This record gives sequence, C-alpha cells and structure tokens, in this order.
Amino acid sequence: MVGNGKTRAATRRQFLLDAARNAGGVTLVGVGLAFHAGQARALPPEAIRPPGARAEPGFLAACLRCGMCVRDCPYQILNLAKLGQTIATGTPYFVARTGPCEMCVDIPCVKACPSGALDPDLTDINRARMGLAVLADHETCLNFLGLRCEVCYRACPLSDKAITLEQQQNPRSSAYATFIPTVHSDQCTGCGKCEHACVLETAAIRVLPRHLTKGELGEHYRLGWEEQKRAGKPLIEGVTGLPDRMPEATR
Amino acid sequence: MKRGVGSDAIRVKGWLAAHRWLLARRATQLTVLALFLAGPWLGYWIVKGNLNFSLTLGVLPLADPYVLLQSLVAGHRPERKALVGAAVILFAYFVAGGRTYCAWVCPVNAVTDAAHWLRARLGVPGGVIIPRSTRYWILAMTLALAWITGSIAWELVNPISILHRGIIFGIGVGWAVIVAVFLLDLFVAERAWCGRLCPVGAFYSAVATFSPLRIVAVRREQCNDCADCYTVCPEPLVIRPALKGADDGIGPVILSPHCTNCGRCIDVCSRHVFAFGSRFSNHRQPLADAAQHVAARKVTAVEL
Repeated sequence: MVGNGKTRAATRRQFLLDAARNAGGVTLVGVGLAFHAGQARALPPEAIRPPGARAEPGFLAACLRCGMCVRDCPYQILNLAKLGQTIATGTPYFVARTGPCEMCVDIPCVKACPSGALDPDLTDINRARMGLAVLADHETCLNFLGLRCEVCYRACPLSDKAITLEQQQNPRSSAYATFIPTVHSDQCTGCGKCEHACVLETAAIRVLPRHLTKGELGEHYRLGWEEQKRAGKPLIEGVTGLPDRMPEATR
Repeated sequence: MKRGVGSDAIRVKGWLAAHRWLLARRATQLTVLALFLAGPWLGYWIVKGNLNFSLTLGVLPLADPYVLLQSLVAGHRPERKALVGAAVILFAYFVAGGRTYCAWVCPVNAVTDAAHWLRARLGVPGGVIIPRSTRYWILAMTLALAWITGSIAWELVNPISILHRGIIFGIGVGWAVIVAVFLLDLFVAERAWCGRLCPVGAFYSAVATFSPLRIVAVRREQCNDCADCYTVCPEPLVIRPALKGADDGIGPVILSPHCTNCGRCIDVCSRHVFAFGSRFSNHRQPLADAAQHVAARKVTAVEL
C-alpha cells in the first residue's frame, strides 16, 4: 500500500509538472498571439471594409475569413488580406483609389456573408457607411485652385447630396468664384468613387474611416440660428443689431 | 538487406492494394482542393469559399465549427447560414470519425506527411519531445484568446486556413508559416504539428470521442509482430490496445479519438489484420471476465 501511495504521489507530481510545462509554453505563445491580435485591429486607413461591415473589433469576432463576399462582388474589388499585410489575415477589404465600391442596389456581398460580419439589416446601399470622404488637401485640389474640375462631384453616386459644390469667392482675385467640393457626412457612404476619380497624381479627396474624419461638437453647443428658428423668435430679447462691415468690393 | 516498411504487404497484396487507402486519401485531398479551385481557375462554381465556410452548388453551407466556436466565444452571434454549415460539418465528422478531417481533407496533411517521409529518408533522429496533450492546451489557449481579444485570433496564424485560403485567394508571405511547419516536423520533433500542436486536430479529436466509424483490428490473431503499422501510423499509441489487448479483454476497435482514420495501417499490413468498421463491433468480441479486465486497466494506468 505504501508503495502504491508513493506511485500515486509520483504520478500526481508528474501530472502537475506536465500541466505546468504545457501551461507555461502555451501562455508564451498566447501572449505573442494576443499582441499580434491587438495590432491586427489597427486597420490601415486606406483599407476599407465592404458595405455593412461591423465596427472593427466586432468585425474581427464575426468574420469567418471565407471570402464569400469577395466571390460575389460583381466588380471584383474586394480582396482577402494575406499574411504579411497589416490587415487581419483573411479579412476582406478594398482600396478606394484602385477599385471603389460600385454600390450595387442588391448588395451581393452582404447577401453572401454567412456570419453577419456584414450586417444583413443593410438593405439600402445608400445607407452604407464604409468610411467618409474628406477633401484632405486644399492646396492641390483643382477646384480650390480656381479650376472647374469637379470630377469627384460628378463621380459621386449621390452627387448633389453627398458632395455639393459650394460657391465661394476666389481669394486670389476677388472677381472670380471657386466651387468647393463639399462632403456631407449624413449622405456619404464612403464608396470611394470620388477618390478613385480624382485626377491628381495623388488624390486630394480621400475616403477614411469615419472615426478618423468626423468631428463631434461638445454636448453643450447649440446652433443659435437653428434654436431661433425652432423658437420662432430671438432667444434673447432686446439685443440690438451690430453694424455690418462688409468688404468694399461686395458692397 | 533491411526489410522496408510495407514491403511484405506489397509482396503479398501487390503495390496497388498495399497503397489503396493512401491513394484514396491523396485523391480525396486533391479532389477537395480541385472543387474549391474549379471556380476561380476554370469558372465552374461548384464550391465557393474556403474551408472556413463554403457554399456547395449554391445550396449546401459548410462551416468550420471550431472557427464558429471562436466567433461565439469572441462575443458574436452568427447568422443562421454559418450555424447550419457548422452543424452539418460537426455531424459529418462525428459520424466519419473527427480527425478524418486531418487525414482526408486538411491541406497541411500533405506538408507534414512530406516532412515525415523526408525525415525517415534523411534518418533525422528523435528530437524535442512534445507531449500529445499540448494540442488541447493550445485549443484552450485559442478559445481563451478569442474571449480576451474579442476576435478570432487563431485565424491570424492558423496554418491550415493560411495554406488553403492561400492556394485559392493568394498566400502572401503565408508560405513562410507552411515552411515553418514543414521544418518543425522535419527537424525539431517527429509528427509535431498535426499530432501534438494543432488545435484543429484537438477539436476534431474531441468531436470523435464517440464516433461510430473506426478502424478495427478484425484479424488481430493473425498479427506477426512486424510493427509496420506502428511505423506508418501518425498516432502509433492508438493501435496497441486494439491490436494487443485480446488477453486483457480489450476489444479490437481502435477507440482512441486521436486516430485519424487514415487507413495506412490497413494498407501496410500483410496479414489483413485491419479494416474499417464500427465502434459497436467491439461488443461482438468475447470479453474476458471482469477481474481480468480490472487487472488490465490497472496495468494500463501504471504504464501511463
């Protein structure tokens, strides 16, 4: 019996040792992989997810890396990230400059997704929010320079809604106007057709992730003119108007 | 001259019959890959997707249940198509014996088999000893990681999907991972990846715990102790109880879920000992009396 007990103790000791050895080795690998997983979340801004994609941490929990969306994209703009890219391995993306989303009305990529990584509740492509176009460079945009390029405005599938041309006075010569392409975030789907169409060597208008482009007012801010319209009268009584000081040329 | 492994079987049964299951397995592996490639290469869309999820003929969804499990642990509730696909695969591999996936479908099998073949050819000795239980630890780690990171973290590095997706969609530097697996099996440790480390194999082992389709040492009394089956088996531990357990009242069915149902033992045996069968055929064998059975179990426990 004593010998048996000893054997059992030795067996238990061996078992615990094996378990500790395994746990140690596996933890080491796990920590490395956890850091890699953390970095893989930092999607590079030029990689845009297909329409309906859940926000990035949720997307990486949902996407099965199967490539069904890639296969069903009729314009074949989608790619699966390969190992070595800074995008999570096997996940779908497109690059607006080389191949923008053509905004199919039946959204085949979303229909193809088996897991819901691309939200099946997205049925109207105009409500997709893949990113947000932003006229990033005012120094090279031809319209800013006073020309009437406007290719981004014309390429936009929601032209006059997502991108409008805002007439302004050309500051170089007060006699001419500029037509500034202006993106409206409540309409822009982030399809990237503007960036794809930009005639510059490097696009002045870019589609970027919304969280990188969209500002947010403090909660306490009120737009006085809207509040006044809503109230139907000036919010503060008895404020006298100040004299308008307009530039000479416009008088 | 040294007797080659399987040479007896070739002499007795002929080369073709002595490689029957190996050829069937390679043919299946290639067919699976060909079905996936027929779409992108030739335009015949029989199967779309990859091993993680696929749609066959536009109706049959198939999903990797282990990937879906990680997705669930990471906090996502998958849509029905993925759940149905995973249920189909889970059921199919439960019936077919779990790690049948490893031997008959997984593309990494060809890589590690090649490494093992070359290892034997070059006479690479021993190497690092990795416990077989390690794969379960890695399986647990991948699930913990899915929970902690809230993402399917293992898919970032999983050699199986990197290779399979790589062949179909483009591999990038993923080939480096495959080369690493090859070199691991060739020089670092024998049968290291599939048998000791891969969590997908561990998952399918768990699925196979009660699988009906098993290999049976039906004519074990004819065994002439040539040990060829042990040499070719990727999981040699699974054979002994079934082959040599007659005196201990152990049935002839290879019940271990580690068995990959590759059938190489059937091929290589010149005495026709092994055959595919069902786990239920274990009962038909006359069992030794209970006392002997208990004694046998004690012996096994001490040996373990």
